[in-house]
Parts: sequence; C-alpha cells; structure tokens
Amino acid sequence: MKIIDVKDRLILILLVSTIIGFSLLPFIWFVNTSLKTPLEITSVPPVLIPSFSLDAYVSAIKQYNLLHYVRNSVIVAGATTIITITISIFAGYSIARLRLRFKSLILGGILMVSMFPQISIAGPVWRILYNIGWLNTYQGLIIPYVTLTLPLGIWIIASFFKELPEEIEDAAKVDGCNHIQCLFKIMIPLAAPGIFTAAILVFIYAWNEFFFALLIMTRQKYQTLPVGIALFQGQYTLPWGEIAAASTVATIPLVILVFLFQKRIVSGLSAGALK
Amino acid sequence: MILSPITRERIFGLSLLIPCFLFITVFAFYPIAYSFFLSLHRIVIGLPGLGEPFIGLENYRSLIHDRIAIRAFLNTLVFVLVSTMLEIGIGLVIALIINRNFRGRGMVRAAILIPWAIPTVVASQMWRFIFNDKYGLINFLFFGSDTGSYHAWLADPTAAFVAIIVADVWKTSSFAALLILAGLQIIPDELHEAAKIDGASAWQRFWRITFPLLRPAILVALLFRTMDAFRVFDLVYVMTQGGPADSTNVLQFYGYKKIFAEGLMGYGSTISVLVFCISLVISIIYIRIIGTRLFRQT
Repeated sequence: MKIIDVKDRLILILLVSTIIGFSLLPFIWFVNTSLKTPLEITSVPPVLIPSFSLDAYVSAIKQYNLLHYVRNSVIVAGATTIITITISIFAGYSIARLRLRFKSLILGGILMVSMFPQISIAGPVWRILYNIGWLNTYQGLIIPYVTLTLPLGIWIIASFFKELPEEIEDAAKVDGCNHIQCLFKIMIPLAAPGIFTAAILVFIYAWNEFFFALLIMTRQKYQTLPVGIALFQGQYTLPWGEIAAASTVATIPLVILVFLFQKRIVSGLSAGALK
Repeated sequence: MILSPITRERIFGLSLLIPCFLFITVFAFYPIAYSFFLSLHRIVIGLPGLGEPFIGLENYRSLIHDRIAIRAFLNTLVFVLVSTMLEIGIGLVIALIINRNFRGRGMVRAAILIPWAIPTVVASQMWRFIFNDKYGLINFLFFGSDTGSYHAWLADPTAAFVAIIVADVWKTSSFAALLILAGLQIIPDELHEAAKIDGASAWQRFWRITFPLLRPAILVALLFRTMDAFRVFDLVYVMTQGGPADSTNVLQFYGYKKIFAEGLMGYGSTISVLVFCISLVISIIYIRIIGTRLFRQT
C-alpha cells in the first residue's frame, strides 16, 4: 500500500511539473533573452545563463521609447477599466435586481456583442472615428474598448449582485432607502469582490488588445505597448533583445495580477462560463 | 401625475442601462449594419474622387471568385478545428491532473494562468523567436549545433501553419483547462466513492461519471475557444503576415489587409459581413446545444 502511494505521488509530481514547465518555460526563455547581450542572443548553442546585462532594457527605453508606450497603455487600459466598471455597475444592478421588461432580450443583446469578431465592426468604427477626428486620440481607442468589455463587466457584476440575499435590500428599503441609496450604500460595498474581479479582467483585456490599437493608433505618439512590440524594427535584423525586454515589461504587471488574484480571476472566468 | 412603484422601478432600471445602450448600439450594432451597407458600395480609402457608388452585390460576386479569400476561409476553418480540438484535449488532461488534491495547487493554477494572461502579441514574438531560422530554440532542439541544416520554419508553408497552431495551443489550453476544472469541481465526490465500492475501474469512472457530467463545461469551453480561434489575428500579423504564399492567411487578417492596407473599404466589408454571419451561426448552434442540455438538467 505504502509503495503504491509513493509511486502515485511521484507520478503526480512529474505530471504537475510537466504542466508548469509547458506553461512557463517558453516565457522564461524570452525573459532570459532580454537579459542577454546581442552576441549571446545569436549564439549557437544557446547561452543558458545570461550575463544579466540590462543593455536591452536601456536601449528599448532610449531608442524605442518604451516608456512612452507604457504610458499610453496605462492611460488607455486604466480609463477603459474605470469607465467600463462604472457603467457595468449601473447596468448590472438594473439587470440583477430590478423588475424590467424584456430582461432576457436585453441581456442577450449585450452578451451578443462579446461574440462579434473585431473585423466585423472594424471598418465602420474606423470611419466613425475618422469623421469625428478621433483617430490617434486616447478617447478614440478607449470607446471601442469600453464597448467590447461591457458584456464581460456587466455579466460578472450582475452575477455577483444576484448572489446577494434579497432580504438585505428589503430591510434597507423598510428603513427608507430608495434604489440609488440601496445601490451605493449596500449593494456596491457587498459586491466589491465581484466588481474588483471584473476590473482585473477588463484591465487585462484592454492592456493586451492589439487589433483596434493597430487600426486606430497609427501615430507612434499614441501607440500602446502591444502595437509597439509588434512593430519594433531594427536597421538590418530584428532587435530581439529590445523586443524581449519590452515584452517582459508588458507582461510583469499581468504576472503580478495573476499571482495576487488567481482565485478571483478563475472565479470571474468561470462565472462568465458556467452560470 | 403619480406613477406606481413598479413603473418607477422600471423607468429607473432602464435609465441605469442608458449609458450601456449608447455604447453598444453606436459602436457595436450600428457598425454591423454599416458594414453591410459599405459592402454594397465601391469605396476606396484615399481616393475620394471616385465617389462611393452603389454597386449592389458585385463585391460579393468578386468575393466568391477571390482565390485568396477562399484560401483564407479554408485556413481559418482548419485552424479553428485543429487548435480547438488540441486545446480542449490538453485542457481536459491538465484539468484532470490539477483536480487532484496536493499542496501548492494555488501556485500551479497561477502558473497555468500565465500563458492566458500574456498579451498575444508578446506570445507571438516569443514563438517567432523560438522558431527563428538562425538561432531559434526549435532548430537547436532538432539539429543541435549543426547550423547548416537549420530550417526557416516560418518561411515554409506547412511549418508556418503548424507554428501558429503551436503558439495558439500554448497560449489558450490553460484557459480551457480552467473552465473544465470549474466543471470538475462541482461533481460530488460521493459519486466516485460509490462507483469505487461497486468495483468500477478508474477508466470506467471517467467515462461513466466524470465525462457525462463534464459535458456542459466542455461545451462552454468549446464555444469560447471556437469563437476566439475564429478571430485569430495577432499571431498571424506578428509571426507570418499571412505568408508564405498565403498559407497562414486567415479571414480576419485578410479583411484587415483589404480594408486598411489596400484601402478597399467596400470590398473588405464583404469579408466583415461574412465573418459576422459565420460567427453568428456558430454561436446559435452552440447556444442551442448548451441551452437544451441545461434545460434537460433542471
């Protein structure tokens, strides 16, 4: 019995390590690359332990304006998160707690938007923004992002509102709270974990989005990190050190979010799928 | 005028939805209709002198005879089929392993979330580097230091297509795994215990208990993955630009190229409409299946 247990454990450890290796090794290799000198990057056989040179980072900042892209990404993703979450709180409350007509139709319509492939709206969105002169502006990118993240935000926040017991709200109403007061004084504080979960997922979406950023931000001054990373060009060869450095910088905030909030992220993702 | 409480609640509820309606109608539903309108016209960005004449279904007629469009359509289809199947398969295996009880499960879950969280552009550059023809890791793993036989994977039509699938499978299998894991965790342990006592083998328990109860979760994961694989763009844009010789060209990339690189707003919009219709059909089919399954369960 004992021996079988030990064997079982060993197999489990082996399987789990394989999964972790599959998930992490390719990216660790890229981070590793960002800490190499150009000579180490191109060497065969590959150098396993880099010289921990920060040249690629310095060059990415000085020659490729890395911090500029970071700033744009922070502005766009931050503003998208704030706006989407604010709108989602109101809409989510309305859908989860108020008596409305055609509720399933409304919810279905909102959720449908998350199914739209970007290309099916890209031309018209570009034209609208062109006509009002909002190409290459922050609001020009934030608006499509808000539109595309609303279904996610509303769905998660509404499902959290729904889980709160009716009695709490009823008790508040007896005490003379109207709907607005109920929402702000009771529902929002109680659903804070859900709102926070939605905020993380919306932020990650906006931080990572590439397609619309590529269309709308054609001037370098306004481009976000994904566009910058995709378009880095050297004179003769690709600047792999700088690309890896910028990629690391773009990914570190996400790694921190994932390790701090993995439980919330998983619950948010599966709320979107299983309820 | 005095309104009844329920009318007041309805008005209040609708007014809370107004901002959301505004965004969604102006920047999602209106553009869908507008795409259709554009697809019936000849519009070239940068040549306003041509005007924007109405040409009926002519753009669609050209689309049917457009070999690259057909190629892109078939590529997209193969990509969706192969990548979602691999992702669901690998996701299922990962979920079954992680569902076991062991210390550090949270950390493992965080680790498998990393590929999902990484920006697709970053993952694309990363795999492009790993598949590099001169000093990529894949070449080293296959041929060691013998640089003479190194292969330019991304310049080879089949290998480039495989590379994109590898990158996509790496990036999204963990997402499928998490959705399936959530489904696994609601299966009560008692079922397995009872079957064990009745002498069912692990294999029988998987096919008779786990799999049937897991089907809704797998279907949901399939729906999400199909829709997402269907709009693949970032990987293609960064890794191959649709090449070599259109072997990795997919619908979303082709539409992008027609509208924004070549400026053919009218013709490109036919692809937008086509992609929209296909994804609508896929989602209706899935919602039918999932919907009826859920209905049967309750």
